[in-house]
Amino acid sequence: MSILKGSAWIGDESQIGVKRPFFSRIRWGKLAVISMPMFWLGLFFFVPFLVVFKISLAETAIAVPPYTSLLEWNLEEAYLNLKINLGNYFYLVEDTFYLDAYLNSIKIAAISTLITLIVAFPIAYLIARSEGSVRGLLLAAVILPFWTSFLLRVYAWMGFLKKNGIVNDMLLGMGVIDQPLQMLQTDFAVYVGIVYTYLPFMVLPLYSALEKMDMTLLEAAEDLGARPVTGFCLVTLPLALPGIIAGCLLVFIPAVGEFVIPALLGGSDTLMIGRVLWDEFFLNRDWPMASAVAIVMLIVLVLPIMLIRNTQGKEAAS
Amino acid sequence: MKRRSWFLNLSATAGFIFLYAPIVALIVYSFNKSKLVTVWGGWSLKWYTELFNNEQIIEAAWLSVKIAFISASLAVVLGTLAGYAMSRFGPFRGKMILSGWVTAPLVMPEVITGLSLLLLFVAMERIFGWPSGRGTGTIIIAHTTFCMAYVAVIVQARLSSMDESLEEAAMDLGARPSSLFFLVTLPLIAPAIISGWLLSFTLSLDDLVIASFVSGPGNSTLPMVIFSKVRLGVTPEVNALATLMILIVAVGVIAAMYQMRRQARLLERLDNN
Repeated sequence: MSILKGSAWIGDESQIGVKRPFFSRIRWGKLAVISMPMFWLGLFFFVPFLVVFKISLAETAIAVPPYTSLLEWNLEEAYLNLKINLGNYFYLVEDTFYLDAYLNSIKIAAISTLITLIVAFPIAYLIARSEGSVRGLLLAAVILPFWTSFLLRVYAWMGFLKKNGIVNDMLLGMGVIDQPLQMLQTDFAVYVGIVYTYLPFMVLPLYSALEKMDMTLLEAAEDLGARPVTGFCLVTLPLALPGIIAGCLLVFIPAVGEFVIPALLGGSDTLMIGRVLWDEFFLNRDWPMASAVAIVMLIVLVLPIMLIRNTQGKEAAS
Repeated sequence: MKRRSWFLNLSATAGFIFLYAPIVALIVYSFNKSKLVTVWGGWSLKWYTELFNNEQIIEAAWLSVKIAFISASLAVVLGTLAGYAMSRFGPFRGKMILSGWVTAPLVMPEVITGLSLLLLFVAMERIFGWPSGRGTGTIIIAHTTFCMAYVAVIVQARLSSMDESLEEAAMDLGARPSSLFFLVTLPLIAPAIISGWLLSFTLSLDDLVIASFVSGPGNSTLPMVIFSKVRLGVTPEVNALATLMILIVAVGVIAAMYQMRRQARLLERLDNN
């Protein structure tokens, strides 16, 4: 099979025979198919990072665009001047504000991933254990919010958590509290927002892991005298592990760089690196500093995540 | 099992309430007469009329739909090519790079994607004079770039789970690569392409961060307008808008599910005959 396919597609040189021009035409077609997405991603995905890196080494300037250029040349006097400014990076290390923002993003993302897992598990379990049409309905109920606007779902919580919002009204009505709680513009609201928006990302991989589980294993464990809790910890959890890991990555990755949720639900003291970068760019108009924040974020947060994902993918494949 | 089921049912129900309560509240309050969002003043369609009279929102919505349509279509073409190359071309030079570039946008924080594209556009404008200024065109390029990654992954997954025997049969019968692709492979991966298009359309329609970076003055997409309104607090008009959008999506998802069930039943009947 693969020999046949290989020869038809690539046009093996050893097979120079009747249809040589035919093969060479195929190679052009193949080249075109590969090079179009390659060119696009190279230009609009890869090259931009080089530009970001370059500008992170520049200085801010009151100019359009607001940064200095690294290279200066003058043909008459025949000199080429290369000026690299590492100040942005030194500043990133010196000012604890940025370090705090990186650490706090990781903390908020990790805690909300854990909460999402706890909230999602019963839902996924219930769906995996229900029958035919009910299962389809419940799955659709989980997926439906995912297709509606992310921004509007975050917005919905603003109305919910406000000082005179629904949650406070309910708690006051039940007599649980006698003063409205400040929930909006706190870290609590950010946790709620992240758990809420990324819940489907956790439920779906969990569901597909739990669905494959053989229930008789759990019965066997109980027959052998395991208590439900023991059965859950020793049978269900290990079997659901691939789903748990996949779900946690799907939640943690976007949560770390989140901007909208801390901007709308968090307070001014909710430090998250996505928001710091945004403010550095849009409020301070410091393009080189924003670039340096992005480069460090890329190296410290994104690269490790990509490596973990790759090893995960390879394990899943084998 | 039975002993634990009350606990399971309770916690799963709580989960579903958590998932839907804010949306239900949003919908109910969009029909509220009172301007104070939290005080109930009786039923009214007032905010819907205000919404349709708000030119800024209508214009932004139209712009967003246009951008989403074009980006999704471009993303589908480029993403399908990338997915096809990665799963059907065997090893080729640069495959590692291509698959890295295709999957990386999926884990890239939006703020970084947005910033890097903006800086690229600024640098290109300085060197080549293109794109002159930023606006619809730059947003379309940005959206196409991150959406094509999703399409490529979906198409690649579909191709690798698919039986290659039909394609091999066509090759044995002497089909040229182009006719093989258009007559055999494309119809087989059409469902993946359609879901890729829909996903791209939704992602583009929903994107705030990247569009904010790469758009120019006077080119506000719907999420940008919503964000600037919402930042100052809850507004009843946005509630009305949200209700309409949720309604459209709900109808679409239910229609898609109904269609899929009909097709499944049809296949079953064909199998039985």
